[in-house]
Amino acid sequence: MTTTTASVRRTGSRAGWRGFRRLLTTEFLVWFRDFAAPFFGVVFPTLILLGVGFLIPGMREPILDAPPDSVWYGITPIATYVPTILAMAVGTASLTVMPVTLATYREKGVLRRMSTTPMRPQGIVAAHLVINAITTLIGVGLALLVAALAFGVPAPQQLGVVGLGFLLGMAVMLALGMLVAAVAPRASAANGISMSIYFPMLLLAGVWTPGPVMPDLLQQIGQFSPLGAAAQALSIGWFESGFPLLQLVVMAVWTTVLLPLAIRLFRWT
Amino acid sequence: MTEPVVEVSHLRKTYGDKVAVDDVSFAVSPGEIFGILGPNGAGKTTAVETLAGMRRADGGTTHVLGHDTQKHPTAVRDVLGVQLQEATLHDKITVGEAIRLFAGFYPAPADPDELLALLDLTDHADKQFRNLSGGQKQRLSIALALVGNPQVAILDELTTGLDPQARRNTWDLIDRVRDTGVTILLVTHFMDEAERLCDRLVVIDGGRIVAEGTPRGLIDGLEGDRTVVLRFADEVVGAAREVLDRLAATHPDVARVEEMDGVPGESAVTGTPRVLFAVVPALAEADLVPDDVRTVTRTLEDVFLAVTGRTYAEQDEEPALATEGDRS
Repeated sequence: MTTTTASVRRTGSRAGWRGFRRLLTTEFLVWFRDFAAPFFGVVFPTLILLGVGFLIPGMREPILDAPPDSVWYGITPIATYVPTILAMAVGTASLTVMPVTLATYREKGVLRRMSTTPMRPQGIVAAHLVINAITTLIGVGLALLVAALAFGVPAPQQLGVVGLGFLLGMAVMLALGMLVAAVAPRASAANGISMSIYFPMLLLAGVWTPGPVMPDLLQQIGQFSPLGAAAQALSIGWFESGFPLLQLVVMAVWTTVLLPLAIRLFRWT
Repeated sequence: MTEPVVEVSHLRKTYGDKVAVDDVSFAVSPGEIFGILGPNGAGKTTAVETLAGMRRADGGTTHVLGHDTQKHPTAVRDVLGVQLQEATLHDKITVGEAIRLFAGFYPAPADPDELLALLDLTDHADKQFRNLSGGQKQRLSIALALVGNPQVAILDELTTGLDPQARRNTWDLIDRVRDTGVTILLVTHFMDEAERLCDRLVVIDGGRIVAEGTPRGLIDGLEGDRTVVLRFADEVVGAAREVLDRLAATHPDVARVEEMDGVPGESAVTGTPRVLFAVVPALAEADLVPDDVRTVTRTLEDVFLAVTGRTYAEQDEEPALATEGDRS
C-alpha cells in the first residue's frame, strides 16, 4: 500500500466511470444469478404469446369477417397481438425488474457504499439500464422468432416505423422504470408502485384487447399513455401504411418529462 | 510538525432542531490510528460521514489531504477508503467478484489476492455474500475500504457484532494495516477497542468533544481516586475490616472502605493516589496478610465518567441520528 503523501491525484471527469466495464459485467453476472429476473424479462412475453396463440380458440384462423379492403383482412388474430407482445416485453423488464433491483440496492446500502468510491453511483443505474435494454432485446428477439416460426406472422409493412416505435417505447419505459427506482425507498415499495403501473399499462397496450378489437375509448386513452402509444405505433408500423406521429410524439414527450424527473428525484440513500 | 492528513474544524451538523454534531474539531497526523469514541448516538458516524463528503455540514470545514471535502467531495475518493456501518453488498456477489469490482474503480488498486490473504478471505473467495459469517462480512468490508490503496481509511464500528476472538483478530489486522502506512480514523463505541488501538482519540458525547488525547494520557490525567481491593481469609476478615475502618476515619489518604458486592472477605479501599501507601503499613503493623491485593485498573470508562458525570452504559440499539437519511 502507498506511503502517505500530502498530494492527491486530481480526478478527471472520466475518473467517475473507471471500472464501468467490470461493473457492468459483474452486475450482469450477479443479476443473472437471480434466476427469476432474467427469466421473467426474457421469457415472459414469449410465454404469453404461445399461451394466447395456442390456448385461445380461433387465434390462428385468418380474419375473414373484416371488409376485404381492410388491412386486417386475412391476417390471423395472433399476428395482431405481436405489437402488443413487443410493447409488453419493453414494459416488463423496465417496470418489473429494474426498479426492484435498484430499490433493493438502495435499501441495503449498496448505492451508498458505491458513493464512497471513485465510481459514481450513476454507474450502477447506467449498468442496469444497459442490462435491461439487452434483456428486452433478447426477449423481443425470442418472441419474434416464435411468432414467425409458430404462427407465421408476416414481416412489418414499415420496418423503420416499427424500429422507431420500439426504440422510443424502450426509452420511455426505461425512464418510467427509473422514476419508480428513483423514489421507492424499499424493494417492497418499488414492487408495489411498479405493479400498480404495470397492469394498467398492459391494459392500455392491448394485452386483453389487441389491435383491431380494442374498444375506441381504450384506444383513445391508450394513445396518450407510454405503453399504449408504443403498442399502437408498433401496430400501425406493422400492418398499416400511415405514420403514427401522435404516438411517437407522445412517447418522446413522456421521455423528456420522466427522465429528468427521475434523475432529479433519484436518492442514493 | 507534519501537515495533518485529516483536519476537521468547528464541524456542525443538525437535523431539524436536533444537533447531531456540535463544534467538533480535530486533526489526524500521517500514519496515526485516530479514534472517535463515544456512546451510540453521540454523533460519531455523522461526523465521519460528513468528513467523507457523504453529508453536508451545516457549519465548519472538513479537509482530507488538503482537499475540502464539503466543496469537492469527489476529489478524495481515490485516496480515501471508507468502511460504512450499515452498507451491504448484493446477496449473490462473491467475495472475489466484489473485491475485483471495487479494485476496478481505483487508479492504483492493491492486488486483490494479496488483500484477500491479508484478511484471511482467500479460502472464501468463491463464497457469495449472503453465505458469509458476520466476521467474514466485516473483513470483506474492511478489504473493500482498503482495495484502492487509500492513504486514509475511515473504519466505522468495525467489530460490532463480532465474537471476542474475531474482534481480537480484527484488531491485529488493523495494526498490520497501519504498518503499511495507512492513516486510520477509527470510529467505535467500544472503550477497550479504542484503548487497544488508538494512538490518539477524541471522546464524543452528545455531538461534542468532551475529551481528547492519547488513551494513556487521558487515563493518567484523571484527578483523584484510586481503589485497592483486598481479600482476607475468613478468620482475619473481621480484624482487617477494623483496621481499615480506623484508617478511613483517621488517615488523610484514605476516604472510605466498602464491602465488595457479592464477594465475601473482599474490601475496596478508596482514597488518594497514595492510598496504597497508607494501607500496606497499617496491615503490616497488625500482621494481617491479605490473600489477594489488586489495584483497580482505570480505563477510558473512568475518563468518560469523569468528563460526563455519567457511567458509560453500553447501549446496543442503533444510533438514532446516524441512520437518518441524507440527500447527497
